[in-house]
Amino acid sequence: MADLSTNFLGIKSPNPFWLASAPPTDRYVNVTRAFKAGWGGVVWKTLGEDPPVVNVSGPRYGAIHGADRRLIGLNNIELITDRPLAINLQEIKQVKREFPDRAMVVSIMVPCEEKSWAHILPMIEETGADGIELNFGCPHGMSERGMGSAVGQVPEYIEMVARWCKHYTRMPVIVKLTPNITDIRRPARAAKAGGADAVSLINTINSVMGVDLDRMCPSPHVDGKGTHGGYCGPAVKPIALSMVSEIARDAETQGLPISAIGGITTWRDAAEFIAMGAGTVQVCTAAMTYGFKIVEEMITGLKSWMDAKGYASLDEFRGRAVGNTTDWQYLNLNYVVKARIDQDLCIKCGRCHIVCEDTSHQAIWPIVDGVRKFVVNDAECVGCNLCADVCPVEGCITMEHQTEGTDPRTGLRYDRPYANWTTHPNNPASTVKIAAE
Amino acid sequence: MAYASDGIASHRLPPDDYVRNFADLTPPLSRHEATVAADRCYFCYDAPCAQACPTHIDIPLFIRQITTANPHGAAETILGANIMGGMCARVCPVEQLCEEACVREHAEGKPVQIGLLQRYATDTLMAEREGQPFVRQPDTGKRIAVVGAGPAGLSCAHRLAMLGHGVTVFDAKPKAGGLNEYGIATYKTTNDFAQREVDFILSIGGISVETGKALGRDVTLTQLQADYDAVFLGMGLAGFNSLSGMPEFAQVTDAVPFIEELRQASDKATVPVGRKVVVIGGGMTAIDAAVQAKKLGAEEVTIAYRRGPEHMKASQFEQDLAKTSGVTIRHWAVPKSFDGTDGRLTTVLFDHAPPGLNGPPETVAIQADMVLAAIGQSLFDEPLGRTVALSGGRIVVDAERRTSHTGVWAGGDCVFGGQDLTVAAVEDGKQAALSIDRFLRGAQALPQAAE
Ligand SMILES: Cc1cc2nc3c(=O)[nH]c(=O)nc-3n(C[C@H](O)[C@H](O)[C@H](O)COP(=O)(O)OP(=O)(O)OC[C@H]3O[C@@H](n4cnc5c(N)ncnc54)[C@H](O)[C@@H]3O)c2cc1C
Ligand SMILES: Cc1cc2nc3c(=O)[nH]c(=O)nc-3n(C[C@H](O)[C@H](O)[C@H](O)COP(=O)(O)O)c2cc1C
Ligand code: SF4
Ligand code: SF4
Repeated sequence: MADLSTNFLGIKSPNPFWLASAPPTDRYVNVTRAFKAGWGGVVWKTLGEDPPVVNVSGPRYGAIHGADRRLIGLNNIELITDRPLAINLQEIKQVKREFPDRAMVVSIMVPCEEKSWAHILPMIEETGADGIELNFGCPHGMSERGMGSAVGQVPEYIEMVARWCKHYTRMPVIVKLTPNITDIRRPARAAKAGGADAVSLINTINSVMGVDLDRMCPSPHVDGKGTHGGYCGPAVKPIALSMVSEIARDAETQGLPISAIGGITTWRDAAEFIAMGAGTVQVCTAAMTYGFKIVEEMITGLKSWMDAKGYASLDEFRGRAVGNTTDWQYLNLNYVVKARIDQDLCIKCGRCHIVCEDTSHQAIWPIVDGVRKFVVNDAECVGCNLCADVCPVEGCITMEHQTEGTDPRTGLRYDRPYANWTTHPNNPASTVKIAAE
Repeated sequence: MAYASDGIASHRLPPDDYVRNFADLTPPLSRHEATVAADRCYFCYDAPCAQACPTHIDIPLFIRQITTANPHGAAETILGANIMGGMCARVCPVEQLCEEACVREHAEGKPVQIGLLQRYATDTLMAEREGQPFVRQPDTGKRIAVVGAGPAGLSCAHRLAMLGHGVTVFDAKPKAGGLNEYGIATYKTTNDFAQREVDFILSIGGISVETGKALGRDVTLTQLQADYDAVFLGMGLAGFNSLSGMPEFAQVTDAVPFIEELRQASDKATVPVGRKVVVIGGGMTAIDAAVQAKKLGAEEVTIAYRRGPEHMKASQFEQDLAKTSGVTIRHWAVPKSFDGTDGRLTTVLFDHAPPGLNGPPETVAIQADMVLAAIGQSLFDEPLGRTVALSGGRIVVDAERRTSHTGVWAGGDCVFGGQDLTVAAVEDGKQAALSIDRFLRGAQALPQAAE
């Protein structure tokens, strides 16, 4: 049976599933319920200085739904904890005492002044918490006050605050990054330079969920006005995965532990992030959509997959996908695939044809021998995958690797060896030119 | 109380049962149900469902309009191709038309619920918007006479009015709607939908309806041709085929008038029905008569059909509906005679000759105190006075629905080679209107297409 236990910066947890700093980790009742449900750890809802912030009393959340109201994306304008610091600290202490085997990380956001950090860190250490996470992420509200993403967008500030934290506490320091930045490697490098033990990402993405076309204001609205909020949930997973992969494979930050966050909803999402190098995964929206019980699916799902693959521990597959993540310029330009339609599975909806005809390469015939039949024309197919992406039948269209013969589209042989853009004759910057066959 | 007495009687059931029995057969979709059902559509290229629709409604488009919370737009898409989209959504045998062709029917045996989605869109439009989405083109000054206010006639009239022509519709009955009003099963068109739809169609303007005016009795074809620029015949089938050579009993009647009485009764409890009913026939009318007899409280209802299940004109869905409603269907039963005492019917005798039976047919006796004949209707052609060519007792038309008589078009059940469906009648009316319009505008007449 696969072992899910995790040791992240010396912080141990029975499984890699942590609840991200957010409403699910806001208070004693929530967190104890979560631990009883099986969560491996929590990052406590971000603490700030007293007096506590106040939240709006209008709607804080907005959502994007699928046809059957499946929640695809969530956005929020909630601020950090709105409860007094002392109450939070006392509850953190109590939970840690009751659940010593679970990870207890405390998220913090205080002003960018050394004395603020020097003041709060000993108080947190006193609770017995396992580590701290610096919230440099919130894109709304707090950023207007010079905190959250306003810090996270300036690598120099990240480095400076990380350094203060390392100075004032013995606890491991995790820097939580904002995705609202052009190049995620820059803040990660800064965190590392400041001495941070790990990064966690992503926090929420700046977003406006929609426009109320009757009121002519963003939706949801607070008394007729709306503001941008942080986007999260299944929709953001690909963005988070890309950012995690950037940090995992960056020469400067390689090996820096990562706690991955963003759209993790199932065991498979978690496995993907771990394969991309994550030490633990954090979940917020999935819990806010379905409740804490979903962790049971995540734990059992990850275990059965690992058992089927013969992985005894998470370390056995952690980071295995990082080496295969590369730049476009290194992709093999001589690797040729052609779409293949399984006529037994095809239900003749014609979507592959019309998308290829209207928007791609006119490579799928809709009628063959006078009957409705969808067949790929190899002479036009560039192997783009669009048809397979839109086909409603799973496995009906596959991209078949061509190894023998000649591509009727290009007239080039299929079995040419690996060659990439750096050496391509069309690349003005390439030094070594390999002539086209 | 007539609950279990023999003979033909009304009030066989407690009053509440009638309300339940004649309620909507398939209740409409809610907004959320419609959104979920619509999401199953793949928006097929050159969609097979739309090809299978006799009126060629752009089904993937209207379904997509539902998914984007635009039911009015969806309804316009539907009604632009089929002005009776509301009724068709209720009565079309979709399992033989669009839903049969849906790729998801082939893939999973579960088609997109096209009929119910169409109903959702059209009901929503009619409930939320006054009038209709179509406006008339400038008046052409041309006048067309339409005979019959059924689906064919009303569809033709509506399209002509849209195109700017003036239309007078003559119908022998007191109400417009044809079989929508007098024939379709009660549980398929509840809440007086037929009349609401007639009002909706007529709201375009430019159409006057003269009910109680029969061709042959109150007007003649010659007269109409003299007074109008063109004539459209959509007179349906006013005659019934009879069970010839059988003893006569008062308890043996035609199914269509029985259904008509039921449709017109404001209190269904007042409609008399037998305790043991035999319906003779194998089409939609037979099924409707049998199911409704059962719903009126008949204890035993049997459909006797002279051939096998695969030969029945009623669709599988309809046959299943009969069975689940408690109707027994007997195949290979050819009516032979009636028996009774003191003029009261007691028994129907059949020759039962299933395929593979050696020797002469067996005689089967089924007890009955009421027999409904649903063995087909026929064109009552007297009013036409040999002006138009007939085939198989019905009017011959070309692809444009032109009869052999210049200036006279025809469509719906009264023409030869049709499908005898509401939706087919609507298409005939629409195509005839387009042809009449071309004719009146002096466009070059298209070559007569072979059908
Ligand atoms: C019991 C029954 C159930 C049916 N159920 C379905 C169903 O579920 N789904 C489906 O698709 N189809 C069904 N049909 C078939 C469908 O009703 C017809 O195909 C459709 O109504 C044909 O339309 P129409 O306009 O040609 O004729 P009709 O609807 O018959 O209309 C003809 C009109 O012409 C009028 N008329 C006739 N003679 C004259 C005259 N001499 N002068 C003036 N007016 C005249 C009549 O009063 C009538 O109003 C059913 C038919 C019956 C009988
Ligand atoms: C309502 C809400 C409040 C949040 N509050 C915080 C917070 O106080 N501190 C923080 O670091 N992140 C906060 N987040 C961000 C989450 O911790 C997490 O990074 C983000 O939601 C992405 O993960 P997900 O896709 O699993 O939700 C919040 C998210 C939500 C939805
Ligand atoms: S999209 Fe898939 S199912 Fe549809 S026609 Fe193409 S191959 Fe067939
Ligand atoms: S065939 Fe079915 S899935 Fe395709 S467009 Fe029509 S309703 Fe939609």
